[in-house]
Amino acid sequence: MTEAVPSYLSPTGQEIVFLLLGAMAVGSALLVVTTRQLVHAALWLVVCFGALAGCYLVLTAEFVAWVQVLIYVGAVIVLLLFGIMLTRAPIGRTADLDSGNRAVAAVVAVATAAVLVTVVVDGFRNAYAPLDPGAGSAGELGSAIFRNWVLPFEALSVLLLAALIGAIVISRTDIRGRD
Amino acid sequence: MNAWSLLAAAPVEPALPSIDDFGKDPIGIVILKSAVIFIVLMLGVLFGVWYERKLISRMQNRYGPNRAGKFGLLQSVADGLKMGLKEDLMPRTVDKVIYFIAPVVLGVPAFLAFSVIPMGPKVNMFGVETPLQLTDLPVAVLLVLAMASIGVYGIVLAGWGSRSPYAMLGGLRASAQVVSYEIAMGLSFVGVFLFAGTLSTSGIVAAQASGNTLTLGGLDIPMPSWYMVLLLPSFLIYIVTMLGETNRVPFDLPEGEGELVGGFQTEYSNSLKFAVIMLAEYVNVFVVSAVSITLFMGGWRAPAPITTFWPEANTGYWPLLWFFLKMVLLFSFFIWARASLPRVRYDQLMSLGWKILIPVNLGWILLVATVRAMQIEGVNRTMVMILGALVVVGCFAIWLRFDTVLQRRKEDRAAQVEAEFEQLQAEPAAGGFPVPPLDLPHYRGVAAAAETRANKTAEVPSGSN
Repeated sequence: MTEAVPSYLSPTGQEIVFLLLGAMAVGSALLVVTTRQLVHAALWLVVCFGALAGCYLVLTAEFVAWVQVLIYVGAVIVLLLFGIMLTRAPIGRTADLDSGNRAVAAVVAVATAAVLVTVVVDGFRNAYAPLDPGAGSAGELGSAIFRNWVLPFEALSVLLLAALIGAIVISRTDIRGRD
Repeated sequence: MNAWSLLAAAPVEPALPSIDDFGKDPIGIVILKSAVIFIVLMLGVLFGVWYERKLISRMQNRYGPNRAGKFGLLQSVADGLKMGLKEDLMPRTVDKVIYFIAPVVLGVPAFLAFSVIPMGPKVNMFGVETPLQLTDLPVAVLLVLAMASIGVYGIVLAGWGSRSPYAMLGGLRASAQVVSYEIAMGLSFVGVFLFAGTLSTSGIVAAQASGNTLTLGGLDIPMPSWYMVLLLPSFLIYIVTMLGETNRVPFDLPEGEGELVGGFQTEYSNSLKFAVIMLAEYVNVFVVSAVSITLFMGGWRAPAPITTFWPEANTGYWPLLWFFLKMVLLFSFFIWARASLPRVRYDQLMSLGWKILIPVNLGWILLVATVRAMQIEGVNRTMVMILGALVVVGCFAIWLRFDTVLQRRKEDRAAQVEAEFEQLQAEPAAGGFPVPPLDLPHYRGVAAAAETRANKTAEVPSGSN
């Protein structure tokens, strides 16, 4: 983070690609909430996550990028689509997709975005990290997680395990609650 | 020299491609390699379909295609031409965009996954030293898995976009199956990663070049070099998941003809779109075969005895031959499975995937990781052993607890049913509403049989049409 900051007026190819991918992510995220076709919303979410994976790739975080594709694109949204298709999956426009809380939701979204952008801009104002290939490989990431960040990792694991057990308990009808 | 070291034997070669050798090809070579991979895959599908039909015919004691060309070799070419010339139907109510792009989404990732498959060592291609592999990444195996998971979208979208119940159910079935078998598949790679120490495909092939020796209590045991032997449980699980992942027999429920017509491709009647779906399915079969060759069967290396008699076998363009032979062998295995195994039921498929393959895989990974941890230089072995023993005892205790509780619950329920049955036997009106005695003749079939004898056309038993 000590490198000299190059001029913003002559962006490199990487920076242009990164910006385009970012625009793609934001644009498809907007389409997720504005499209009137339910399944298309889920598909726009795929584009959004894909663009995010592309951003990781440009930042040389290869492992994270492919895991993003594998988990979010390949599993989470497929499950989401399952849910939609097994319950209701109309082709064409649906009239009742709009929530009555549109204005409130928009305010909350803009406020969240503002907070995040302010924090990032404030925290990394002029920081410039050079990208060297290999910094995001599986080995680097593994030693970072299991040496420096092992406690958050374990806490997250326990959280996920609890969620898993909770899901099993809720979905099983032969386990009754205490009366 | 004993049998083990013979299996592990491999001559030392100077130029094994590593991850640093990639990304340096001139653009011409890159285009040439991509074009060759694409064309060979297309031809592979054409003659793969012919080979599958021919082989399964011989297994079923018939001839198979034998009209178009010598030995019917041109049969798939004729079929492909026919599909290309047929009218491109677009059912009226489908979601047009999604119906159109679904086959593409299915096909493109299948081809992309082949870009990281190593097919040979470094060769001299038009004066350029280059490995026989399009590209490689530090996380290449993840790319293959990611491509497989993107391919699922093709199935889901084809099923949903077709706007037909058969297609919809077929699509849901297929994607549920692929997603759940992908987990077991990914887990079966973990042992390979632990032993190879890398996720790059060329690195994994290089790691299988020669077997290591395992030092166990002052005893040197030469280990086999192919992970197929060293990690046999992983390999067997991979073979099963490979069949599940590609929706092949015995896991071809998505197109169970009796129930779902053609599954997710029902509405893609024989046009070019259907051809693309078929193409994607066969390329997927080739991809999983190539992955199993790369990860478990030594990659492009010649099998053990050949290098002993012919040290040049692993140099130049010869490895392409070994790779091709291994592909043919695996593809024949697919066909053999198709000819001999019946289709499993859907609940059997899911319980095999989730209740057998994944837990067995996890246990095996624990074992492999423990062995690997013992091999690290200067590691506190007693510590590893104590931790391992704790984990084993803990697992056993949890299993015992659940098992006894389940057993008790099962016995309770059986006793309850028994008591209820006896009570109803004694007083039919028990429980608030009248229940007929459970041994009335028409329950036991006496009256029903007499009735059937009286008028034979009254009821058509299922399966007699």
